Amino acid sequence: MSGGFPELFDMRAVSRAIDGAFTRIVIDHGETLELLFLPVLRMLLAMERGLQALPWWVVLLALAGLAWAASRSWRIVAAVAAMTFAIGAIGVWDQAMVTIALMLVATLIAVLVGIPLGIGMARSDRMQSAMLPILDIMQTMPIFVYLIPFVMLFGPGKIPALLATIVFAIPPVIRLTNLGIRHVDPEVVEATRAFGASPGQVLFSVQVPLALPAIMAGINQTTMMALSMVVIASMIGAGGLGLQVLQGIQRLEISRGLLAGLGIVLLAIIFDRLAQAYGRRMQRNLKLGN
Amino acid sequence: MAGPIEIRVEKVSKIFGPDPKLALQRVREGEGKAALLERTGHVLGLHDISLDIERGETFVIMGLSGSGKSTLIRHFNRLIEPTAGRIVVEGVDITTLAPRALRSFRREKASMVFQRFALLPHKTVLENVIYGLRVGGMPKQQARERGMAQIELVGLDGYDGHYPGQLSGGMQQRVGLARALATDADILLMDEAFSALDPLIRHDMQLQLKEIQARLAKTIVFITHDLDEALLLGDHIAILKDGLLRQVGTGSEILMQPADDYVARFVRDVNRARIVTCGALAEPGAAPAGAAEIAADRPVEEAFAALSQGEEAVAVRGEEGEAAGVLTRRRVLQALSRS
Repeated sequence: MSGGFPELFDMRAVSRAIDGAFTRIVIDHGETLELLFLPVLRMLLAMERGLQALPWWVVLLALAGLAWAASRSWRIVAAVAAMTFAIGAIGVWDQAMVTIALMLVATLIAVLVGIPLGIGMARSDRMQSAMLPILDIMQTMPIFVYLIPFVMLFGPGKIPALLATIVFAIPPVIRLTNLGIRHVDPEVVEATRAFGASPGQVLFSVQVPLALPAIMAGINQTTMMALSMVVIASMIGAGGLGLQVLQGIQRLEISRGLLAGLGIVLLAIIFDRLAQAYGRRMQRNLKLGN
Repeated sequence: MAGPIEIRVEKVSKIFGPDPKLALQRVREGEGKAALLERTGHVLGLHDISLDIERGETFVIMGLSGSGKSTLIRHFNRLIEPTAGRIVVEGVDITTLAPRALRSFRREKASMVFQRFALLPHKTVLENVIYGLRVGGMPKQQARERGMAQIELVGLDGYDGHYPGQLSGGMQQRVGLARALATDADILLMDEAFSALDPLIRHDMQLQLKEIQARLAKTIVFITHDLDEALLLGDHIAILKDGLLRQVGTGSEILMQPADDYVARFVRDVNRARIVTCGALAEPGAAPAGAAEIAADRPVEEAFAALSQGEEAVAVRGEEGEAAGVLTRRRVLQALSRS
């Protein structure tokens, strides 16, 4: 140690122990874990194939339909349709479908896991103080650090890419669910308790509905973060637009990287518009009551 | 009217803070609210409150902000747990109820109206009104019928499909009242229910409450910081200050025999002639022959006309027309003079 910091522990031994323990976990449980995540892999693959097999105009119409359902505004529908068309026009349609599949499955799992965790945090101060540092770590720890163990456990492929994406993308939905529920007017919550509502009834009749705009904002951010993870995830086998970017870098093909990057941007704008339009409409509906 | 006791509060104390039991010990040893807060960081909410509330009466709990009145009313349905003491409702000590039993108590026995309405903003007026019925598991159709009847009762016909945000404050509180009446609970807890409304609407609501009460004869616990409201609505009035009960009595009793300086200062500016009843001032004895007569429950000001026309006294008659004493001019002037 050049700074003269005293060697308090035998860190080489500690490192060896960590590596050894992890290797043993990989050897002993790697296969079990892989089996465990097989259904998720199947879902992801089915989604990819499904999206790629669909004629392009069906996907375009579906996204336009979603835009209409979310916003009731022709301007947003036209913008979403035009951007979807542009993705095909620049020649990255198939890769974009792979990326959408990864993003949707990652977001879906993040939401299914994240909302209950956020609710738990909102209901228990102890759980909140335990979770907040973990969420901070998840958001600040360099992604590559947890990419490595995932690859060791599952080998390069779609599952570690998906899991890394989920770990990276899940904090916003957890945080905003927690925050949204905590910010529900305490007097309204008290009133429902005064009328004999059980904790579950309070949660589902008042807290979750009134926290929904915040929860939707969290889902929106989670979607965006999942999308921003695709390039890195492609390094361990996610495929899709990220792989194109990566290949563009490796082969010094500016055009390949640029077009795939443009595709990612277009996807981001499309899904952001969808989520925001939906959130705004929901907020307006709640405004009626404020 | 001395009915059977509906709610009995026995030596209830409430202290907020990390170690309320220890803090309570200090309070029992004589430490005051301010000293307790300074030395231990505990807030004395209520200390040693005992009250009896009769069935079918309107019982007003009065005090300024920080007096503990909102804390006290929340003990009646255990939104707040007492640090010590018991609350007995119809013979059942509700502080011992398990969560499930407490929920059915809240659904069936006691409903509540809140100062800032506390309506569910994402539900319609009807859905708000039937909320208590629905969490209790009543089928939608039946709850709907009950709800529509309550909406009509509070005069909001035609607004059942509106959202709370589309209504004025007064209308929102009518929804709050309908929601509380819908569960058909015997006890109605009203936490500064009309304080957030502007004066004219507040007076309308007070009259409407009196009218509804005359028909339904609920046991109403009404919290307010407004003495006029307390005197208008309350069969009995309790005055709280700094978590201590200063006086309980009828409006006349509190005006005529204030228990201490604080209560006396509190009631100083009230128009006594309009509140104090002839019965409360009547002295034993018989009026001179031919004197005018007045009922015991009428305010003193109604005797002014007779007393000002040269008569020294009027005869006071009880509910059944029996003689209930004599009200002299001297007594009236003495009672109304400011000390």
